[in-house]
Amino acid sequence: MAAYVPKIALFPVEPERSGLLRNLWEIQLKDRFISDEAIAKLATRYHLSDVEAEGVATFYHFFRRVHSGKHTIYLDNSIISELKGHDRILSAFEKETGARLNSTDATGTFGLYSTPCIGLSDQQPAALIDFCPFTHLNAVKVREIVLRLKQGAAAEDICDKPQENIRFMPTDERTIFFAPHKPGEALHAASAIKPEGVLEQLRISELSGRGGAFFPTWKKWQACQGYSADFKFVICNADEGEPGTFKDRVLLQREPGSVIEGMTIAGYTVGAEYGIIYLRGEYRWLLKGLEDEIFARRKAGLLGKNAGGIQGFNFDVRVELGAGAYVCGEETALLESMEGKRGEPRTKWYYPVEKGYLQAPTLVNNVETFAAACRLFELGLDSYLRRGIPGSPGTKLISVSGDCKLPGIYEIEWGTTVSDLLDKCGAEDPFYIQVSGPSGECISVKEKFRRISMLDLLAEKDIRCGGSFMIFNSQRDLVHILLNFCRFFKHESCGVCTPCRAGNFILERKLERLENGLADHSDLEELKSWGRIMKMTSRCGLGKTATNSITQTLDKFADYFQERFGKNDNSMFRAFDHEAAISEYERYKP
Amino acid sequence: MATCTFWMDGKAYQAEEGTNLVDAAKENGVFIPSLCYFKHIDPPLGTCRTCTCKINGRYNPACTEYVKEGLKVEVNTPELVDMRKALVEMMFAEGNHFCPACEKSGNCDLQHMGYELGITTSRFPHLFKDRIIDYRPKRMVMEHNRCIKCKRCVEEVLTADGRRVFTSVNRGNETFIGIDYAQEAKLTEAEAENAMKICPTGAIIVRGKSFTKPFGDRAFDLKSSQTHFAKRVAEKPAVANFEKKTIATVSLAGCFGCHMSLLDIDTDILDVVELVSFNKSPLTDIKNFTRRCHLGLVEGGCCNDENIETLRKFREMCDILVVVGECAVWGGLPSMRNTVPLSECLDEAYLNSVTSVPGADIVPYHEDLPKILDRVYACHEIVKVDYTIPGCPPSPNHMWKVIRGLLWGEDLSVLYSEFKYD
Repeated sequence: MAAYVPKIALFPVEPERSGLLRNLWEIQLKDRFISDEAIAKLATRYHLSDVEAEGVATFYHFFRRVHSGKHTIYLDNSIISELKGHDRILSAFEKETGARLNSTDATGTFGLYSTPCIGLSDQQPAALIDFCPFTHLNAVKVREIVLRLKQGAAAEDICDKPQENIRFMPTDERTIFFAPHKPGEALHAASAIKPEGVLEQLRISELSGRGGAFFPTWKKWQACQGYSADFKFVICNADEGEPGTFKDRVLLQREPGSVIEGMTIAGYTVGAEYGIIYLRGEYRWLLKGLEDEIFARRKAGLLGKNAGGIQGFNFDVRVELGAGAYVCGEETALLESMEGKRGEPRTKWYYPVEKGYLQAPTLVNNVETFAAACRLFELGLDSYLRRGIPGSPGTKLISVSGDCKLPGIYEIEWGTTVSDLLDKCGAEDPFYIQVSGPSGECISVKEKFRRISMLDLLAEKDIRCGGSFMIFNSQRDLVHILLNFCRFFKHESCGVCTPCRAGNFILERKLERLENGLADHSDLEELKSWGRIMKMTSRCGLGKTATNSITQTLDKFADYFQERFGKNDNSMFRAFDHEAAISEYERYKP
Repeated sequence: MATCTFWMDGKAYQAEEGTNLVDAAKENGVFIPSLCYFKHIDPPLGTCRTCTCKINGRYNPACTEYVKEGLKVEVNTPELVDMRKALVEMMFAEGNHFCPACEKSGNCDLQHMGYELGITTSRFPHLFKDRIIDYRPKRMVMEHNRCIKCKRCVEEVLTADGRRVFTSVNRGNETFIGIDYAQEAKLTEAEAENAMKICPTGAIIVRGKSFTKPFGDRAFDLKSSQTHFAKRVAEKPAVANFEKKTIATVSLAGCFGCHMSLLDIDTDILDVVELVSFNKSPLTDIKNFTRRCHLGLVEGGCCNDENIETLRKFREMCDILVVVGECAVWGGLPSMRNTVPLSECLDEAYLNSVTSVPGADIVPYHEDLPKILDRVYACHEIVKVDYTIPGCPPSPNHMWKVIRGLLWGEDLSVLYSEFKYD
């Protein structure tokens, strides 16, 4: 694929170092790795020590320090991919390319790696080849792809166009996100009621952060508006890394206009001139569409000086590309990343609305939040409020994947029950559902009459769903699922604080003990207790939520675990795999 | 600034407003353990989480909190004490910390915290991740096995032109603190030594400078940071019934050092003859159990299948099983091989070694020989262990005290100096 260099220069107020990630991208795409020389060059350019530049490069897993092949293959290793045949596809790639996982083949043509969820859970098994999507893989398809690449085809010419798979939207034109979008209409409606009116309507609409934290949007916007500064930023968090979530991908693919217009309204309300979309590296293939949309909006006068014809309101948007780091979805880590640093979450001294990007007041919202804000003003408040249930108006996008007939996007009205959603998607023998991704909540099918809404702050009765809904049937191995989640967190921890960096590693060892059938009751108790320690002591949301799935599953599926591990309850002798322990030595038997 | 009143565990204390909570607590005689916290670094790092308290109802590290009027802090609830202990245990499990072989022993904040929190063993499995020791810097050695990634050096050690010498590299459990060789060379002698000094473990070592202060004379050799150290250890009710008891002892993958230490109890050894008879033990040379024993003392971990069989036999034949010394507790020095695959160890020892006899290059294997395990296992991974006496070796008096306590219910209070086991 031809190196696609983002065309938009830095905004005038940003220091040069903010471009570090972009430089690394250019080098990675051109050289296929980040060499020592390249690091030294960048370090000199930005007045850093070499090791600091190396620290930034090695934080993001799409930047490789050794040659990653002329064609770099990233196979999705999320749990959904595993259910849909990840192992078969991996061996097919190994066989066809001659490369082993985590290395290149002898000629350096293909590099084969795995990566966490790439936002295509409804079309698994899937992979990114040279950052272009390939979906619904099977052995035959893999052979064809590799053959054509060998023949000289570019990945971007032969890749798939991921389906949108919008399976359900409320009938009778009650959809919010997928109604025809008329550019500029929402912005005009917002400017007619002035920033105060915008905040008021947001408050009444009860719109809240759709990344999964559900913080009231109007409060955040109002807080950001309240700080005066020379410049402010509006940032769209499109680092949709939570495994099983792909709603933002579909929004950016199909309705990028509504997202950008939502940002523009936010800029108008809080008094910001600069908007930045932080797009995750896995969605690099969406970059062109987004930039085209930005370009079209500039041409239409909806971005730029006096945007939307509002006198004195200047607003422009650019896209910043991540490079493979789940933790950058955490808003302060995202800000660090945009500043050209390692994406390590900040300590919570200041909220971004006060000191965010470049220490300026910064508004960070999720893709869906901006889209919803735009639609709110496009449809009008009264119309918006007619959806959903009292106290939780509107609709929610949910990415459904796993053991069901119709994986894809479901736009449900708040108040829909789990059972209703399971019926709609044709769930097959559902047993265990992971809501809002591995860091979210696990529910048993026994709880299927719970509603999905924003009503319950602690989510004890109703479920607050950030966007992902992974369904597992009764034949699935719970320990295997938990181990996949745990390995994901181990890989994605930023490595700053002890409980998250070491804790996930330790839990992985423990879960391996479970998987090998060596666990007894004390191991289960330890898992619970260690999970709580990590939750209470970790520095950011990643570590605090990484053990949710483990502790909740152990409680909700206590019978399952008792049946599987109860037999090992011999208090004097621990289970020990003697054969495995001596197998390495046995190879020396003459 | 004005003095303000804040609350710790329901008691009112005074401190200057804006003081860091860790310092304010210390000024008031309340001990909050901390590792990454370093006065000069502002804002605080908040990386190690060892000072986690419940502050105004939320679990947060004390080092990222400043004292203000009415601040309510819970410090010493059982849960918080256990959590902080767990965090330090986690660091021991994550790195490869061999205190008996470490230059920093006695000057090490991590080791010190281990003592202060009364850690005898880590509840977490040791990870034995293979980490390198970087000898390439001109003046320093980076011992990645010992690094806890607190980032003190990252923030504090800069060259004259403001460039970093240390930075985190990689991500997740692969994270390590990289050192820039070119920048390191630019540091002055004093700056380099300061880097070693601010490192809370023995990860940064300046060549030729690591033993300037001899053992026994180091920062944490004699005194605890807590005024009532011994009080934290529960006392047992005295039962003065000195009935004669039977003990068995064994050394598995150990060096017999713990046995030597046990014999080193001075005149108390005369009591031993009166109070105890030894069954299976290297001291009596009884090879097999002839009766059930009250107490079993196990030195060393399990490195071969014979060790496992012996350990299981001990569990079967002893009412109380006590593991003695680092090797038995978590693997100790023999487990240094755990970061390397067994075949590499054997090949290096028998096939590729410079001293191996040409032509006789085979790895010993015979059906009569015990089979070597893939790694060294701690005793508690094989059988249930009742008590743990750490140390390398444990102090003789301490061991004897514990044995008396276990067998006859004598008072057991542990002094700081006795608890020291490096």
